[in-house]
Amino acid sequence: MAKTALVVDDSTTMREMVSYSLKEAGFETLTAGDGQQALDVLQGKSVDLIISDLNMPVMDGLTFIKNARQREELKGVPILMLTTESQASMKEQGKAAGATGWLVKPFNPEMLLKVIAKVVP
Amino acid sequence: MSHETDPFAEFSEAFFEEAAEHVATVEDGLLRLDAGTLGVEGMHGVFRAVHSIKGLAATLGFGEVAAFTHEFESVLDRLRSGTMVSTPALAQLLLRSNDTLKTLLDASRAGRASSVPVAEETAALKAVLHGTNTGAPTATTAAVDATDVATGPRQYSIRFLPRPGLFATGQDPMLVVRELAELGDEVSVVCETTRLPAIDALDPEQCYLIWVVKVTTTAARDVIEQAFMFIEDDCEYSLRDVTDDPSRAGVAAFAPTLKQVAAAAVGDPKPVAAEATSIRVPTDKVDALVDLVGELVISQAMVNQIATTFDLGRLKELQDALASLDRSTRDLQERVMSVRMLPVATVFNRFPRLVRDVSGKIGKKVRLELQGAETELDKGMIERIGDPLTHLVRNAIDHGLETPADRLAAGKSDTGTVMLRAFHEGGTVVIEVSDDGRGLNTGRIREKAITNGLIRADEVLSDDELHALIFAPGFSTAAQVSDLSGRGVGMDVVKRNVEGMSGSVAVASTPGQGSRVRIRLPLTLAILDGLIVGVGGASYVLPLLSVVESLRPNPRDVRTILGDGEVLVVRGESLPFVRLHSVFGHPTATTEPSQAIVVIAETDGRRFGLMVDDVLGQQQVVIKNLEANYRKLDGVMGATILGDGRVSLICDIQELFRFTTTRRHAADIGATTVGAPEDIFA
Repeated sequence: MAKTALVVDDSTTMREMVSYSLKEAGFETLTAGDGQQALDVLQGKSVDLIISDLNMPVMDGLTFIKNARQREELKGVPILMLTTESQASMKEQGKAAGATGWLVKPFNPEMLLKVIAKVVP
Repeated sequence: MSHETDPFAEFSEAFFEEAAEHVATVEDGLLRLDAGTLGVEGMHGVFRAVHSIKGLAATLGFGEVAAFTHEFESVLDRLRSGTMVSTPALAQLLLRSNDTLKTLLDASRAGRASSVPVAEETAALKAVLHGTNTGAPTATTAAVDATDVATGPRQYSIRFLPRPGLFATGQDPMLVVRELAELGDEVSVVCETTRLPAIDALDPEQCYLIWVVKVTTTAARDVIEQAFMFIEDDCEYSLRDVTDDPSRAGVAAFAPTLKQVAAAAVGDPKPVAAEATSIRVPTDKVDALVDLVGELVISQAMVNQIATTFDLGRLKELQDALASLDRSTRDLQERVMSVRMLPVATVFNRFPRLVRDVSGKIGKKVRLELQGAETELDKGMIERIGDPLTHLVRNAIDHGLETPADRLAAGKSDTGTVMLRAFHEGGTVVIEVSDDGRGLNTGRIREKAITNGLIRADEVLSDDELHALIFAPGFSTAAQVSDLSGRGVGMDVVKRNVEGMSGSVAVASTPGQGSRVRIRLPLTLAILDGLIVGVGGASYVLPLLSVVESLRPNPRDVRTILGDGEVLVVRGESLPFVRLHSVFGHPTATTEPSQAIVVIAETDGRRFGLMVDDVLGQQQVVIKNLEANYRKLDGVMGATILGDGRVSLICDIQELFRFTTTRRHAADIGATTVGAPEDIFA
């Protein structure tokens, strides 16, 4: 069965580009425009991977991961941050919140899929 | 180069559309920042908008945009986190930066180099950042003095060695070269081919070239280094200040200019994207469409099922099924149309800025009020209504509103109000531009119209008719216009644009209280509500929007006035009228007005009659372009296929109105007029 990934980004174009890259790699994708929407989407759906932006309205990426990690069923799901932020301090905050990996935009599909291959069995 | 290998090439258009929305958000936010009404969440929104553009631009390989947004974002970040406080000068600078960003985006979209001084703008933003870095709270001064930061122009020699495999990651070295070109002047570039292997060892997917760029610029070192921001891992470069280098002279003499090299490398510019438009549709609209198609399929299945075993006993069932099919089809039509609809806010949003700039320039105090920005309009019209509205708003500020002193003298508040309002009215969208200024000066309009030969000196016109004259072609002629207290500058162009969208425009004005221009547009350009009329056995469609009423004239009310052709007196008002049969040449039609029907139509606030044999009904018609399939016909705006399969021409009311005044038509009706002589002066 195809694996499912959730793409969280407030930019529709970015969501589409990430989804497109994932679909090329055989994923089915769900999308959300902010952390809160993502939590709603995850209600009652199981996913194999979450890719999230950091700067988003309503609920930012860090708060989203913290909330997601509270949920029993999401504890083991790899969560990759995909953001333009590259400061070490931000990355540490991300790690503390529960992010599995940190990717810096601009991204290219090749790089994204390489990292995904490492975290998704 | 990178365009072919770019996995995301197809997302460019989506990016530019999204970016345009972000730019609008930023502008709106910055205007509110300037006015002191932008809250914390609003500031975050502005930051995120620029941030999103940066991420997307970088991913899609629009390096120049990405580099610029990087600086822009940095300043916004300071404002967001409160480590920097906004000042009017800073808001002004940021607004300008947003303009620069817009220009950069447009240039990238069109695939050409931008014409804006990006380096200067970047330097100004950087100066703001450094101003606070050193603890000086004077962001304002820093912004203003930005260009003085560097101590005079320096010449730099930049050696750029891309990693051979950089094409594989979608990078384009020419983006860097072009960006360096924008930094200053006396630009030269030399291409080193020392890394080029022998031809049999050459891999066309590798980059072997090295560029040495020399540029004289006031930009600081780190500004120049920005050009390499997104390519850092894929290249090596060295940056050397050679201003005082004795070998400097003559270096560039035989080198091609950078622009030539860049142009040659890029090849033909990409076609302008203006035609390749796409629409972003909210998912719920698409979902609703899918639902409706489902219902349509069910309705159709019901009809099919009844039809296979039909007998008259099941007539009621069939009628119900058809009614349901009818409903589904209608709903579907509406929803499909709504996909093309955008809120007029997308146009209205440009006006806060425009009003701020124009009013500041001419020293008037203006408050802009926007109402009904959520009203939706066809995307095609949204794109075309911007210019006419801009014109009207400028006019309202320039000519409509008085100076603060004059306003106070007239007992008004010193701040004038310009209002943009959109709303639905009976199947049309109305957009109004109104002001509370001095109103149109009918006396001056009259003088002007007489001077320009639009009316005769002794002609009696109502105020409304006089107001309508400002839309007449040739009403305003350059020099004399500027001191005209009313409007007139290019109003005929506004009118033509609006009419091009099958809309109409009218003006109302009250002396001392202001004026209002009202634009009325159909909901869509593809479908119109039509009145079907019969003329000599053929049927024609009249746009219902323009139809006022229809009546069978009393023979007494039809008169021929010398020089004015035929008129019909309706409730004391003399209206010119056109015989549709003579316009379109139907010899078998009814020629006696009292046995025909006259449809009263209105265009630009003027009424006139159209004589037809019969009114056959009313229905929505889909407009098919006649020019594309045949050729342009006078008085016809298109064709349609009626329910019974017949082709019918759709009349262009505006053009037909002109028939009431042209001599050609006067000759036509002269041949067919049958009014008895005693009717003439009755």
